[in-house]
Amino acid sequence: MNVPILRLRDVLLTSIQIDLTDQEALDFQSDVLHMVNDTEAKGVVIDITAMEVVDSFMARVLNETASMVRFLGAEAVMCGMQPSVALTLIEMGRELVGVETALNLDQALERVQELINQREGNEVSGAGSSSTPNDTDLGRSD
Amino acid sequence: MPEKEKEIPINVESDVLIARQAGRDMAKQLGFGSADQTRLATAISELGRNVINYAVEGVCRIYDESDQSMIRLKVIVEDHGPGIPDIKKALTDGFTTGRSLGVGLPGTKRLVHEFDIVSRPGHTKVTCGIVRPRPTGGSGVGARRTHGATSRQSPSRQRGRW
Repeated sequence: MNVPILRLRDVLLTSIQIDLTDQEALDFQSDVLHMVNDTEAKGVVIDITAMEVVDSFMARVLNETASMVRFLGAEAVMCGMQPSVALTLIEMGRELVGVETALNLDQALERVQELINQREGNEVSGAGSSSTPNDTDLGRSD
Repeated sequence: MPEKEKEIPINVESDVLIARQAGRDMAKQLGFGSADQTRLATAISELGRNVINYAVEGVCRIYDESDQSMIRLKVIVEDHGPGIPDIKKALTDGFTTGRSLGVGLPGTKRLVHEFDIVSRPGHTKVTCGIVRPRPTGGSGVGARRTHGATSRQSPSRQRGRW
């Protein structure tokens, strides 16, 4: 596994710190999906703060990974995109579509928790009970 | 002393990473801003990918062609692969052969100021370049008007040249 994936309660956290070849990018995608499946994670946060270059292939892999994670029933948030990366993707015509993003890790963890709560809220609505977000509130840092 | 010229063979995927980092480093050394550095590195990545996917092997050459007033970096990505059958079509937005599914040549073209491509069976050569007025140092006060003198400003990019 080129890119370590950490588990923080029911959220997976991964930070891409090195340049990835196309194949390594696909391996990363596969690792994330398998881990979501194996751990039954409810959310994934992908931090790309260290990525100075995100080309069209990597952008597509990130986009698809987020979609695939949601397809598996979990939430996905990406964070830390560098300004020049955002600029380049838009100019190139390969912007990320439909991916939840956050400016930094703090906000990403909050956001993924919000999304998880929303999803759980939707799932239990009608069952008479409301979700209790407090026990899995990752927004607080102690 | 910054290097004037670099040549990176493109034979395996990881070579593309080396080439794009080299492009980024040289751009930085010359004084290009981070946006230009990223654009150039990304363009090299796209072109390098084409070499790996279609031509198996090729080469990336990066040249410092700056002069007194302008900083200029030229990149040539060349291979001896099958060539692009219809260049005009390949330069049209939305065209993809379906194998690499990148943004293709049009997307790459948009990242750089100068772009040229020649291709025939057995030889493809893409030349691109980024150009900026040379960023000045401390002596900002002067009678001569120097528009876009610092890399903080963004002089108009040469859109519509192609």
